[in-house]
Amino acid sequence: MRLTGEATAVLVEILFYAFATLLVAGALGVITARNPVYSALFLVFAFINSAGIWLLSEAEFLALVLVLVYVGAVMVLFLFVVMMLDINIAELRRGFTRFAWLGWLTACALVAEIVGVVWTHGLAGVDVSKGFVPEPAGFSNTRALGEVLYTRYVYPFELAAVLLVVAIVAAIALTLRRRPGLKTQDVARQVAVRAEDRVRVVKIAAEKRS
Amino acid sequence: MMPMHSLAAATPEIFLAAAICVVLLFEAFFGARHRGATATLTLLVLAIGAALTVAFADVSHSVTLFNGMYVADPLAFVLKLAGFLVAAVTLLYSRTYLENRDILKGEYYVLTLTALLGIFVLISAGSLLTVYLGVELLALSVYAMVAFDRESGVAAEAAMKYFVLGAIASGMLLYGMSIIYGLTGTLSLARIAAALTASHSLGIILGLAFMVVAVAFKFGAVPFHMWLPDVYEGAPTSVTLFVGTAPKIAYFALAMRLLAYGLPGVAADWTRMLMPLAVLTLVVGNVVAIVQSNLKRMLAYSTISHVGFIVLGFVAGTRSGYTAALYYMLVYVLMALGAFGVIVLAGRKGFEADRLDDYKGLYRRDPLLALVMAMLMFSMAGVPPFVGFWAKLRIIEALWQTNHLWLVIIAVVMSVVGAFYYLRMVKLMYFDEAPETLPATVRSFGVRFTLGINAAAVLVLGILPAPLLDLCTRVIR
Repeated sequence: MRLTGEATAVLVEILFYAFATLLVAGALGVITARNPVYSALFLVFAFINSAGIWLLSEAEFLALVLVLVYVGAVMVLFLFVVMMLDINIAELRRGFTRFAWLGWLTACALVAEIVGVVWTHGLAGVDVSKGFVPEPAGFSNTRALGEVLYTRYVYPFELAAVLLVVAIVAAIALTLRRRPGLKTQDVARQVAVRAEDRVRVVKIAAEKRS
Repeated sequence: MMPMHSLAAATPEIFLAAAICVVLLFEAFFGARHRGATATLTLLVLAIGAALTVAFADVSHSVTLFNGMYVADPLAFVLKLAGFLVAAVTLLYSRTYLENRDILKGEYYVLTLTALLGIFVLISAGSLLTVYLGVELLALSVYAMVAFDRESGVAAEAAMKYFVLGAIASGMLLYGMSIIYGLTGTLSLARIAAALTASHSLGIILGLAFMVVAVAFKFGAVPFHMWLPDVYEGAPTSVTLFVGTAPKIAYFALAMRLLAYGLPGVAADWTRMLMPLAVLTLVVGNVVAIVQSNLKRMLAYSTISHVGFIVLGFVAGTRSGYTAALYYMLVYVLMALGAFGVIVLAGRKGFEADRLDDYKGLYRRDPLLALVMAMLMFSMAGVPPFVGFWAKLRIIEALWQTNHLWLVIIAVVMSVVGAFYYLRMVKLMYFDEAPETLPATVRSFGVRFTLGINAAAVLVLGILPAPLLDLCTRVIR
């Protein structure tokens, strides 16, 4: 079934508000959940909803990367850490009320700044009357991203790659250690073992019963 | 699309990035079987890199590549050659040290090379983006190097402090950059320089203040110097040797690209910000160094005082000021190489030779090391036949030309204060009795020969200062 342009616009709008509501709800969940594991899961939920919003605004590549990288890798690692460390929740929450005023202050200042900017400048340069202008059919934003990344920004792109190599090398050099006396399996040695290394055939002369 | 040959000016970085991969793979496959082979390979890489740089990257004028993100000019050429040389010498000095302490691993060399790549990126930075990437590449490599000796708790503590304070400095830098970017609408340093000549707002000054703080952090200027003594003292001496020398080249380039070339329109503002920093740095560095009993810590405070002189060159804010700062920086790196080199060679496994008392009577135990150290101390103090004197003189001259009489007086007075602790070192080595129990110094011929050349260079450049000075004058535009 093909939808008319108008129907599509309405559908997109409905989806946007649905995703946005869930996103805000998820974000609230992150900061109000008592258990850090729930917080992390709420964050995953928030990420997926913002990926949905990005899909609606035709940023398919970024939406997929958000799900793959943040949800698939970063948050899973995060959950690992949260579960492996024995975090004392009571200890974590102890400072909460003491520093709550600071959080409120920051939040209010931020809101005041946003309102102030919009108040004084209006939405200068942003024409909201026409709504969202879709890209022409066949437009690939993966390709568009690739074109700038590998031409204009190839130098910083490569440097960022070296930076990641440094991070890996440093992390491994600083943490990988072979403790002596550790009883681990060495599969290669197990496979390469020969019978004569393990089994000793001992010839014992038969004795007469006395 | 740019043709391939136009990338020739970026040869040092391209070669180094490729070489890092080669060294990493070499270490992975052969490192365990041939201990030390990676060290030799790395030295080879540095030699080839320097040769390729001379062959391809010797530009006569400023060339920009990668859409203005990369700048190759005579200054970059000279600084990169210095970078290759300094990295090679530090690795040469530290080989035995690493071997004795069981930290002779391929990763150490890989991290040295990535740090060098970071230094090069900073030297040739043409946009705020590359400045930041260079800063991070250098800093991350160096944090890991400081923590490289996992057995040492002090090193881990130093690395942690360095990491946290370095992260704050990076944050400051980014914040300043974001403000400047917001107000000028461009990341390119050349375009920022063009945009800021006409008039500037308070916002620019705010962004500038954050960037100046970040540069001061990286250089170790007072009051942003707290990390420096701890890192110098806590890190393995071979790492102190590297941290104390090569990154100075990069941070000079950072100040040059960011302030002198990127923000000349607001030079009056940043010279005013740097002035109190320079004075504080000179005073705190020299006065606090007097009471240190640990040589690495004393040299750390001495570094701070030298940084004060380099910053004074920027305070002058003229071409002769920048030239003097470049000259001072190169001379300082040469002296620091030798001084930390002596500490590296004087130690043994389980004996770091980092207390001042460990140098009592060094003259009787090892005349060459004592002589080298004495020459370097005289040079750092600014005693005439040595090159340190000319470096100080150039800075003072540049300040005199710009009518900063008070700064000249403070610089001279603080040099006299500094002379005390440098000469005390000479007294300890030559006139005090040696304790019986001290172990022998490292007797490897090649390393001692290099150290001899290093000290001789301090004397020869002091007697014939003209070539290096001319070079510095030529490359600063």
